[in-house]
Parts: sequence; structure tokens; C-alpha cells
Amino acid sequence: MNITLTVNGVQHEADVEPRTLLVYFLREQLGLTGTNVGCDTSSCGACTVLVDGESVKSCNLLAAQCHEREVTTIEGLATPGELHPVQRAFTEHHGLQCGYCTPGMIMAVVSYLRENPAPTGDEVRHALEGNLCRCTGYQNIVEAVLAAADDLRDAPASAS
Amino acid sequence: MATQGAERYVGGGVRRKEDPKLITGQGTFVEAITPPGTVWAVLVRSPFGHATIRRVNLKPVLGAPGVVAAYSGADLADEWAAPLPMAWPVTEDINIPEHWPLTRDKARYLGDAVAVVVATSRAAAADAAELVEVDYDQLPAVVDVQAASVEKAPLIHDAFGTNKCYIWAISQGDVDAAFAGADVVVKERYRQQRLVPNAIEPRCVVVQSVAAAGEFTMWSTTQIPHIAKITLALTMGIPETKLRVIAPDVGGGFGSKLNVYAEEALCLALARRLGRPVKWVEERSEAYHSTIHGRDVIQEIELAASSDGKLRGVRVRLLANMGAYLQLVTPGVPLLGALLYHGCYGAEAYSLECTGVFTNTTPTDAYRGAGRPESNYAIERAIERLAREVGSDVVTIRRRNFLPKGELVPSPAGLQFDSVDYEKVLDRALEMIGYDDVRKEQEARRDGGDTRLLGIGLSCYVEMCGLAPSQVLGSLRYAAGGWDAASVRMLPTGKVEVVTGTSPHGQGHETSWSQIAADALGVDFEDVTVLHGDTAVAPLGMDTYGSRSLAVGGVAVHFACGRVIEKAKRLAAHLLEVSPDDLVFEAGSFSVKGVPAKAKTIQELAYAAWTAHSLPEGEEPSLEATYVYDPPNFTFPFGSHICVVEVDTETGKVDIVRYVAVDDCGTVINPTIVEGQVHGGIAQGIAQALYEQAVYDDDGNLLTSSMMDYLVPSAVEMPWFELDRTVTPSPTNPMGVKGIGEAGTIAATPAVINAVVDALWHLGVKTMDMPASPENVWNAIRRAKGGN
Repeated sequence: MNITLTVNGVQHEADVEPRTLLVYFLREQLGLTGTNVGCDTSSCGACTVLVDGESVKSCNLLAAQCHEREVTTIEGLATPGELHPVQRAFTEHHGLQCGYCTPGMIMAVVSYLRENPAPTGDEVRHALEGNLCRCTGYQNIVEAVLAAADDLRDAPASAS
Repeated sequence: MATQGAERYVGGGVRRKEDPKLITGQGTFVEAITPPGTVWAVLVRSPFGHATIRRVNLKPVLGAPGVVAAYSGADLADEWAAPLPMAWPVTEDINIPEHWPLTRDKARYLGDAVAVVVATSRAAAADAAELVEVDYDQLPAVVDVQAASVEKAPLIHDAFGTNKCYIWAISQGDVDAAFAGADVVVKERYRQQRLVPNAIEPRCVVVQSVAAAGEFTMWSTTQIPHIAKITLALTMGIPETKLRVIAPDVGGGFGSKLNVYAEEALCLALARRLGRPVKWVEERSEAYHSTIHGRDVIQEIELAASSDGKLRGVRVRLLANMGAYLQLVTPGVPLLGALLYHGCYGAEAYSLECTGVFTNTTPTDAYRGAGRPESNYAIERAIERLAREVGSDVVTIRRRNFLPKGELVPSPAGLQFDSVDYEKVLDRALEMIGYDDVRKEQEARRDGGDTRLLGIGLSCYVEMCGLAPSQVLGSLRYAAGGWDAASVRMLPTGKVEVVTGTSPHGQGHETSWSQIAADALGVDFEDVTVLHGDTAVAPLGMDTYGSRSLAVGGVAVHFACGRVIEKAKRLAAHLLEVSPDDLVFEAGSFSVKGVPAKAKTIQELAYAAWTAHSLPEGEEPSLEATYVYDPPNFTFPFGSHICVVEVDTETGKVDIVRYVAVDDCGTVINPTIVEGQVHGGIAQGIAQALYEQAVYDDDGNLLTSSMMDYLVPSAVEMPWFELDRTVTPSPTNPMGVKGIGEAGTIAATPAVINAVVDALWHLGVKTMDMPASPENVWNAIRRAKGGN
């Protein structure tokens, strides 16, 4: 079936099998391999992307469901020459080790901080319950999110 | 060795070089690699824990849309020059089953691969795999290590006539005399439950061949490209020179990718048969069966002590579940902790016997800590039990038994522990937690009848890293050495390439090795590039596992830099027309003593070595050196962790309210990375203590076979960690480094369980099984109260 959607600001028209999951459409048809797959039960959140600005597990959504919608992946987050504050905070606070869960984690955080711009540490932990990391023990991820929240509040116009 | 440069980067938490690509989605994980013309392989796996395979019918598959080929085990039998590798035959008489990539006679665990289907797309291969018809005769299964040990248990491998794989034993001193003369003997029995590693990146293999040249390139989610290359060359009958293994970005390992797997051999075989690139991607639910599991050991530990709690003897018996086959180092995993069951404590006698047993389960192998979390758990729980038996405080009994401080201290099991100073970390941990105050609050809650009781758990650990002196590995019958290699190349433009034999998958070697080389050579951190994880780029190496990378591979970088400086110095002396003895090397520059203006930078020397217009007599062009470092001893990091839990006696729920960790991994190259390793290590230790458990039913069905029913902790389940460290450099290597990758996991599990037992001891709860889930804790409390 034919779908039309915008991914990272670029409009695509594509022919997809009805059963194609959004994540495989992004990875295999558009070549956007930054979004990873970590499970098959929508448990791990490695595949999180934004659909119309909301975080969504892209292994749990058909490409066809994104017809006429706007998708943002990790590749579309930074502006040329400038990282998104959440990306910057993850590297500044060592919020990643192997980096496999990181794209999904970052996208989930971008969406969450729009909903709750001034979270507490415990709120961040609950917000990220659907994003699993096996490397970091989460502490530095939570620190990164709190730092990114500060950064975004200080300069809300630079990225949102 | 020439004097190396001053420290500008070592010891600083410089930003990781790995991060920019990983935070922007530009990492290259194996699944991102799909050469043109790739076909996809999907495996058909046994749905039974134990079954005879009567027939595999592939006819319905062969005409299905997109299908390129389909094979049974029998169809591929002539592809293998040898079975899948097993590198650690721990005893002379060990039973080693033939382990083929596809089984032909029996399925021995749920998930044992029976057939493979290849198609032009991922979806077509998955659809076609559903059409394979396999006739099974189900057999009685045995999954429990004790049940499998008895006579008349179903046999996993009929040819052996037993499920016993091996019995390995060690004894030091007169153990019988120590126990006969003891005032007190404590005997404890613990279960190390089975764990599923769950690296967030599932496994993936891509093989591309150049048929006419007989060459193969394999991209694999592996921790061990070098070991995979040599062992798969032997399994496949491919000359080692024709096989290149690449581990690009790898998404976590924790031991689960320290292996050589059936799917790697299968993709090589399929690429050879079909002449097309072949790709296999593991699904997570598949991974629960097809990737190794960890732990699954029953431990019996006995401590003999005098009435004041002074340890005299330690006697240990282990029953270790091998699973259905032996993977790369399955039998050896318990041995990695077998010399450490006395922990940080002295004893005059020590013995351990380990029996390995086959069962109808996924093979076990190394999982973070591999043998050492098990040993530390046993001694740290048993020492607290002993404290209670002799009426001692859990702190006092540890101090009484600590090995004496020293650079090199003989251990009860016959090792030479380096850099021993165990009081120091315990003191600091007690200070951080505010031990006396926490004890007072604990008492107040008990006295006040609070249903949320506090428990305080200690864990003092010493572990073995720096795997390993090759001679020692030889004496333990391991099939390879324990050295590692580094090459350091100064390029004509003054930039530096460091080639390492370690293969990182999250540990940040590109950053840490750059710090080491930049300081040694006196160059900028940004000017160093670290190359790894490709056998064509970094041909010499023993890879990454067992917290070995810094203590072996990092030390090799240090020594290789030393060789580069030696050569640069000879060249500088030649160009400056002075004796090498007249030169000082500082901040990347060789200058003549007393004449600082007369100098050559190491970058100028690199260019001069490349042009080779004027070299000293007999000197070769180019400024580069390789060093292969074989460590003379293990390194022995240590630490003290203290966990404070709150146990709700009405629901059985355990919450960690404080977690303090004081570790000593010797010299620290990058404190930020070290802290990250400790955080992640503790998280996996807590996960074993409170949350994770793989459960099989009696027929061999894995009941916990997805992330839906196996609790991989999220941020919600993890506490805030409070960290500090002491620095007692290892005398074993010139950098004084020891290793930190597994320390957290080794320390955390007993700290948590000791805290749970401590909270409930006065209620009559004398022990606690892992995981200390609300159900287990609630039941333990009810049992102690005499209820049902």
C-alpha cells in the first residue's frame, strides 16, 4: 500500500507491505538505522521515535499507521553543527556506554521534557520505565535528563 | 624504558570519543549492515526441551515466496570440519559432547536449532520457517542440576551414560584438621539462580564472501573477534588467512557475546553454499533460548572457625549446571571463582570441589563476573552467618579475618594477591553510610513495631582481573593464552594510531587508550585514534571479557608507547648530533639537557622517520612499535559495599534506601568511565539479588522467555548509588591498574541479600533465596512465624 509521511522534515511517498512495522520501514526502506530494535514485546524502548511530537515505540506501530503524519528519529534531532540539549547532556553526564538504547532513550526524554520541563529525579525514573538500559544502572541517565531539563528551561527557543 | 610524558589526560574524566556517533544515530551496529544481494536466515528451533528428531520435511518450504534454500542438520553435515568450539576442557576426563550448529539426532533444549530457512527478505524467511515440518518424539526432560545428577535421570547425551560433565577439585592445607579442630562450623547452602544476560542489542551475524578467492568477512555482535576467527576457521575448515571477523559497534555483552555461536558458523556455511551475503538477526524472545544463560549453581560452603570467629578452614562444594552443551568456556566459568571462596579473609586450609552437570536447558557460560559473583556471594553471606553464630558484629568479624595489608600477600587457595588493604575501603564505606546511626535507626524501628524494617548488608570483596598469565591458563587447561597486544603508529602528519587487541562494547577503550597514549607520547588527546574490533586492522589480540582490557590491553598500549619513545629518542639524538643520554623527553619534545632550544618534537621525528632521509645507522624507517604483553600475575581489585534496605513485612517488598560503594581498582585512567562501570555493575548485582530469575518447568519449557516475564530492571527499580574509591596501585604492572568492569556485580548481590536477612533475622528468618522478590520474602517471614 502507498503511504505519504514526513520523516525528519523530508516528505516520503512509499509502497509498504501492510504488515511493515514503522521501525523496519525507517531502517530498511529509508536507511535510517539510528533507531534500534531491542525486543519484540515493546518492553525495551530502544526503538522510540517521535510521531507528531509524541514518543512512540516504533516496533509497535505499523508504517501504514503513520500515513500523513510526521516522524522524527534520532537522525533528525540535532540541527547542523549543534546537538540537541538532550544529546549534549547524555555525553556530558556519561549517560551512555554501549549506546544501543541511547537513541530511543534520548527520543523518550525529548518528548517527556516537553510534558514536564522541571521533573524531579524520581519523576524521571518513572518516566523512563519503558526504556531499558543494561549498561549504566540509569544514574547518569537521570543526571543527564535533569541537566537537559535545566538547559532547555534556560534556552527554550534553541530547541524544543 | 625511556621516561614517558607527564599526565595531562590520565586521571581526568575527559568526554568519551565514542559518544558523538552514538548520540546522533550514526553508530554502526551489525544490524545496520546489509550488503547488496543479502539473503536472510531464520532458524527453526525445537519447541521441546528434549525430543528425538524423526524427520525434517523441508518440501513445503522450497516453493514458498522468496525462499532461496532450506537445510536440516543432515543436509549441512559436510560443512563442518569440526564441531563448535569449546576452549576449556577443565579436566583430563571431561565429557565433551559434539555440538553441531544444527542438531541431527535429538533436540536437547528448547531452542536447539533443527533447520534453517533462507529467503530474500526478513519477512519471507520468517514466513517460510513456519512451513518446516519436524516430527519429534518427546522425551522426558531434566532441567534441575540436582535432579540431573541422580541415577536414572534422563540422559542428555546418551553416549556418556551419565549427565556428569566433570569433577574438578583443589585443596590447600589440611582441611580435615581445620574442621576437626574448629570450635564452630557453619554450613550454608545457596542457590545461584539462572540468569539471562539481556544485552540490549540482540545478536546479529552478516557474512559476505568472495567465492572466487575463498574469502569470508563476518560482521558479528561479538566481544571476541580474534577468538571467533581462529575457532571458526577450524570449525569451517576455512584457512585462517581467508576469514576476517569484524565487531563494529557492539551493543553490550556482559559475557553473552564472549562466545562462538551456531549462527556464526551457519551464516558462514550458507554464504559458502549460496555465494550470497547472508544475514541472521536474533529476535529478543529467541535470544532467551539461543544466547547463553548465566549462573545456575548450587553452592555448599562450610566455614571452620574458633570461638572468637577466627576463620580456620573453608570447604566448598559446587553443582554447576552446564546446560545441554558446552559453549566456548562453559566448564571453566565456576573455576574463575574457585580460588576466591575465602573472600578477603585468611584461612589455614581451603578446598573446593565442583561438579559440572548437563541438563535440558540453554547452555550456561560467562555472565558478568563469571564465577566471582558466585564466590563472593557465598563467602560474604556465610561470614555474616558465622558472625551471628559466634555473637560477633558483622564488621568486627570481617576485620578479625582480613588478609594482612601488603603489596603481595599469599592467599589461602595458593594465589598471590596484590595490593591488599581491605580495612581502608571498609572504614570509608562505614563512614559514608554513617554505620552507627543507621544501626540506631534500625533498632528504633524494630522496637517501635514498625512494619517497614531496616536491614544493613555488607559486602567486602576481592576479585581477580587481568586475565591472565598465559602459563597459569595453561595449567588450568585453557586452550589459549592471556596476553594482549597494542601497536602505536606515529603518522607523518604527527597524528597517532593506536591499534588494540581488545574489543570494547561500551567500555570506552577509544577514550581511555587515547588518554594513555596521549600522555605517554606528549601529544593531544584529539590527535590519537584507536582502532579495534577488526581482525584485518588489529590482527593480534585476545579481546574483551573478565575486566581484562585495561590491565592487559591498556598496559600493552603503555609499553608500545615506550618503544616508540625509545626509537624517537635515538632518532632525535642522531638529528641533534648528541648522545641519547643527553636528551630529556618532556611534553612530547626531546631537548638537549641544559639547552632547551635545541629540541625535536615527537611529531617532527615522526615525519623524519617517514621521509627516512637521515636515519641513524641500521635504523628502520617509520615510527611505530608493537608490544605483546603477557601479565606476570592477575590483578586483585577490592572494595566494600554497604546496602541499606527497607523491608515491608506485610507485603514482602524490598526497597533499597541507601547504597554505598567504595572500590579500589588501582590507578584510574578515566574516573567518569570507572564510575559508569561501577554503576552498571551494581545494577546487575542488584538485579540478581531482587528481580531476575530464569525458570524452566519440568518439561524443559522456559517460562520466563521474554522481557514481559523476566524482570530486566528499569530506572524505577534502581537506587541512587553513593560512590567513592581508594587508590592502591597494583605492583603487577607499571601503570598500577587493576580492572573495574565486574566489581559492582561481584559486590552488590550479597550486600543486598545480607541486608534483607539482617532486617528479618530477629523474626527468625535465617536465610533468603534469590531473587528476594516480595513473594519469597513474604513466604520466608510467614515460615519463620510458623505459618503456612
